[in-house]
Amino acid sequence: MDAFTLHEGLCAALSLDDVDTDQIIPKQFLKRTERDGYGDSCFFDWRYDQSGQPRPDFELNHPAYRGASVLLTGRNFGCGSSREHAAWALSGYGFRAVLAASFADIFTTNALANGLLPVRLSEATMETLLKRTRRRDGYRLTIDLTLQQVSDGSGVVAGFDIEPFWRDCLLSGRDPIAMALSQEAAIRAFEETRSELLPVTLDQHRL
Amino acid sequence: MLLYVDLHLVHEVTSPQAFAGLRLSGRAVRRPDLTLAVMDHLVPTWERSRPTPDPIGREQLRQLSENCAAAGIPLLDLNDRRQGIVHVIGPELGMTQPGMTVVCGDSHTATHGAFGALAFGVGTSEVEQVLATQCLWQAPSPTLEVRVDGHLPAGVTAKDVALGIIGRLGVSGGQGSVIEYTGEVIRRLSMEGRMTLCNMTIEAGARAGLVSPDQTTVSYLAGRPGVPAGADFERASERWLQFASDPGADFDRTVEVRAAELAPYVTWGTTPAMVATVTGRVPWLADLLDEAERSAAARALSYMGLTEGTAIEDIPIDRVFIGSCTNSRLEDLRAAAAVAAGRRVHPRVRAMVVPGSGTVKRAAEAEGLDRIFQASGFEWREAGCSMCLGMNPDILQPGERCASTSNRNFEGRQGAGGRTHLVSPAMAAAAALYGHFVDVRRLPSAAAIGN
Repeated sequence: MDAFTLHEGLCAALSLDDVDTDQIIPKQFLKRTERDGYGDSCFFDWRYDQSGQPRPDFELNHPAYRGASVLLTGRNFGCGSSREHAAWALSGYGFRAVLAASFADIFTTNALANGLLPVRLSEATMETLLKRTRRRDGYRLTIDLTLQQVSDGSGVVAGFDIEPFWRDCLLSGRDPIAMALSQEAAIRAFEETRSELLPVTLDQHRL
Repeated sequence: MLLYVDLHLVHEVTSPQAFAGLRLSGRAVRRPDLTLAVMDHLVPTWERSRPTPDPIGREQLRQLSENCAAAGIPLLDLNDRRQGIVHVIGPELGMTQPGMTVVCGDSHTATHGAFGALAFGVGTSEVEQVLATQCLWQAPSPTLEVRVDGHLPAGVTAKDVALGIIGRLGVSGGQGSVIEYTGEVIRRLSMEGRMTLCNMTIEAGARAGLVSPDQTTVSYLAGRPGVPAGADFERASERWLQFASDPGADFDRTVEVRAAELAPYVTWGTTPAMVATVTGRVPWLADLLDEAERSAAARALSYMGLTEGTAIEDIPIDRVFIGSCTNSRLEDLRAAAAVAAGRRVHPRVRAMVVPGSGTVKRAAEAEGLDRIFQASGFEWREAGCSMCLGMNPDILQPGERCASTSNRNFEGRQGAGGRTHLVSPAMAAAAALYGHFVDVRRLPSAAAIGN
């Protein structure tokens, strides 16, 4: 997987709570069978009007946020559908990290699996960072995964937690599937203990 | 830690990239015999004999067929009589059993928790991991007990219990947790009702929701294709009941809900927690003291085209959708048919019934529910996810307002600009007849609406 150690970049604010993955990437873009090419569809219905023109009232469309790679947003970001396309779309848009006071569970895993870092910070820290970002004067943040720390070089230094498993994967670029495959002996041993009463999907064709 | 997956359910939308990933890395599907695939998310519910009209969707369906054939994974495709919504067919085939771990690239996988299984939704990278290893890296989750004691009033269904709970917990109230639903009301719910309740767990932000297995669970499973027969059935049932929760089990947190306080609910906003009782009103913004809540409500009312303080029963409806992994099982269709029987759909309303599976459809037809619906003016469709997420042609037009038995009322969920109100099947049927929301408790058929 993509490694993540440290990122420094321009911030953009999306000042809403409970942004669901249907908004991050609407359903019409889920029919494709590729992993990339979703950046233009990110926030599609919020971003463009019916004639395909950018909506000036959509916060992320502000020219000051052009080229942003750090998204600051509200509570419970990424709730709803499990579509990993949401993480692919945010990455495709150019984001490397999303900062919020809380994240939905499935989105968190999807983001981590794609090297898009979900950074959970306190409500008070988020308030400060959002306020600074909304000045739209080129506010930048550094996210250091080794130190588990966010800093802006002008007073804000905030620590964040991350599951050690994912921290290791991101820092080393190690693939969770390869790590699981390396446990083959343990998996096989467990399979030996499974009850023979458990269902097998191939069997249902007998009926 | 690594969690072994006993059943992996696969569908067309979240799997193509996972299979492609396996091919790229030269990995095989480890346990096709613990994997079951079905076409459901974007399948047409009309004119199945013709090719799927949308070429991109058709390609996705083709890839699922090809991927399953190559890996030896059983697939219920459009020609299979058992095809249906993934969370309807798993339990229906007896593939979901107590004590199992079940995952699927779909957030409503918690549905299977109704059987006392640990079931949760995952993304495509995790689909790939399960295909390759049959395991997932997982950290233990905190536990949350949601206890519903008392007796449900007539006309109040499992869907209303779910909406009532989400209204109290909020859309992130369960974040990070696994919920166990307990209490007298849950014990008396049918398996269909328990599935409806567990299905909506993700809408409160929780990872999974489950119900302790009991005799209701065992009776439901008896005779199903995936379930052992004869003496093995006795052994299997004993094993299942060993997964029942211990009396007095400890939970990290408990939330209590009194059944008598629950009513038929209607969502008014753009999250499932923006909910009011049918006799209530859309909130007055000034009554919402929290600034974030007030601004979210103002935004939702603007999207929904509603004025603050409007009585729920005064909201007119254009469309009705009865279906989805939440409410498309036989019991749901019976409740809707009981309300619709002998009445006509309001002339302004277009109403659609989409059974959860081919099996549900045939069972409903065997007892004449299709004739009741069609005589009343409801469309009777083929099985699929349909207008719950609008990936097929079943969508709302901009501005259209729908009473829907599905699970999400997010902006644009059922079609860009569409407005969704989540309700129970009985409430949806009643809204179809009257052209606006009505309290099913006041209808003569209230007693026939099972809970």
